[in-house]
Amino acid sequence: MAEASATLDLADRRREADQPHSLVVRFSANNPLRLDAGLDISPLQIAYHTYGTLNADRSNAVLVCHALTGDQHVVNTHPVTGKPGWWETMVGPGRPIDTERYFVICPNVVGGCMGSSGPASTNLATGMPWGLDFPVITVRDMVRAQAMLLDHLGIDSLFAVAGGSMGGMQVLQWAASFPRRVFAALPIATSTRHSAQNIAFHEVGRQAVMADPDWRGGRYFAEGTNPRRGLAVARMGAHITYLSDAALHRKFGRRFQDRENPTFSFDADFQVESYLRYQGITFVERFDANSYLYLTRAMDYFDLAADYDGVVANAFRGAETRFCVISFTSDWLFPTPESRAIVHALNAAGARVSFAEITTDKGHDAFLLDEPELFAIVRGFLDGAAKARGLPSSRR
Amino acid sequence: MLMRLNHDLTMAEAARGPGGARIDLLVVADMVRTGARVLDVGCGDGELLQLLESRGVDGRGIELSRAGVNQGVAKGLAVVQGDADTDLEDYPNDGFDFVILSQTIQATRQPRVVLEHMLRIGRYAIVSFPNFGHWRIRRQIALGGHMPHTHNLPYAWYESPNIHLCSIRDFRQLCLVCGAKIEQAVALNAWGGRMRLKMPWWFWNLFSEQAVFLLSRGS
Repeated sequence: MAEASATLDLADRRREADQPHSLVVRFSANNPLRLDAGLDISPLQIAYHTYGTLNADRSNAVLVCHALTGDQHVVNTHPVTGKPGWWETMVGPGRPIDTERYFVICPNVVGGCMGSSGPASTNLATGMPWGLDFPVITVRDMVRAQAMLLDHLGIDSLFAVAGGSMGGMQVLQWAASFPRRVFAALPIATSTRHSAQNIAFHEVGRQAVMADPDWRGGRYFAEGTNPRRGLAVARMGAHITYLSDAALHRKFGRRFQDRENPTFSFDADFQVESYLRYQGITFVERFDANSYLYLTRAMDYFDLAADYDGVVANAFRGAETRFCVISFTSDWLFPTPESRAIVHALNAAGARVSFAEITTDKGHDAFLLDEPELFAIVRGFLDGAAKARGLPSSRR
Repeated sequence: MLMRLNHDLTMAEAARGPGGARIDLLVVADMVRTGARVLDVGCGDGELLQLLESRGVDGRGIELSRAGVNQGVAKGLAVVQGDADTDLEDYPNDGFDFVILSQTIQATRQPRVVLEHMLRIGRYAIVSFPNFGHWRIRRQIALGGHMPHTHNLPYAWYESPNIHLCSIRDFRQLCLVCGAKIEQAVALNAWGGRMRLKMPWWFWNLFSEQAVFLLSRGS
């Protein structure tokens, strides 16, 4: 496996949460974020990155929504890990979300740990990170905060909103909450509600974090500990759900790691074990354990129909947004029937919708990977939408 | 199950209008008025939808084959992967002005149910299909004693997706059963051209290779 990436100690983590390596907007105390939980976040801070240029009539903005463990560093080298941006295959000059045509904005979600208000941010009242005193947030809260960012940037209407997984939930929430602000929506590998199975997986992850004695009831910053092992186990478990049986077999099979025979011990004999351990270790260096609790919780609470009399279609009634829903054959975390349910709801609402299922063995993570068919579909969909919006055609 | 004969309509493929569009698709498109909302069931790679959108029609498509869907979406069309036999029931009443089933009805499991759904979802239904009453087909069965094999129907009987073939006469009877009113019917000859002369139905049934029907809900 690759060499260990850069590490963040707790002080670095706090610095990244308060003074991130990206653009930041700090709202004043009289402009709070009103939460579904009935509380306010004030003052609200949103960290974000932009790529490309906003055109004169402000009609070419694309909001990219990141997934559970993503952040605002879509294209640029990650300031902590030094790795390429998480969606640089999709976003960039000449890419399907072409930064030569579109002005791309990606904010870190509220509850995250890369510079937007979250449990790792400093609570001004105590001078220490919020920890579990941070209010529980929802996907709708994330979207509301993003809307505040767009107001701040003077962008009234988005050309497109795109994202996969938790990012896709935000896309759906955007289209439901602010239909007139979204011209085109690209929800990828997502669902209108988090399934019982997915809540179950998340609960296992959270319990792993909380079972780590270094978690200290969420006060590990104050106590100078870091629940590395718990968060790593949570990540290992979650990572399996992002892949597929076929992909794991293709990549690792039953092959041994740097040995010919089993050691008759609990070392990482198998390549797949070694890989998962690596995934766990590298994750804890860049992610905050409490943030993981908050964001998984937000996904669990997501149920779009609940706000619309139990009928998803009601969320999209009268919407003029064009949708392109995409799923992957081997995704068992957000399987194709979940996307079909979105499509059925959109059809029932009379919305303009495209839907494609892409054949791949890469599982849920396929939306982040090199999938030429995905790129062709996103490019085609956005080209069609750009034409309808009157944006100039691609120079390529 | 449901496969559109896009790649098999060799004669019709050869018959293309001035804009390069297939004549059978042009006939269908001519029945749709500008600005209408259209659902194309079994839209293939989106050729008809593209033609319609170029004429200012708000088009949506359903297509079973993944390749077709992805080609359509990549062209900027609104295409959904789905099956005419199972997915039409998810569409609301009166959601569209026209629902089109082009060269597909013979491959559906339940043509009657599909047609009834079309007339429920759209104010008008347009159905085009290969005419099984054509004299060549009759000759092959009557004299050759085997299942017909033509340019429109190129499959051997044991691998054909076409499980519900019908003649123009049969289709008119289905319209009667479904309570559909025939607003317009166009027959295409062996060269994909329109049979312009006003002829009796038996003549069309014998000499046209394809037919296109514009239907509305009966009273």
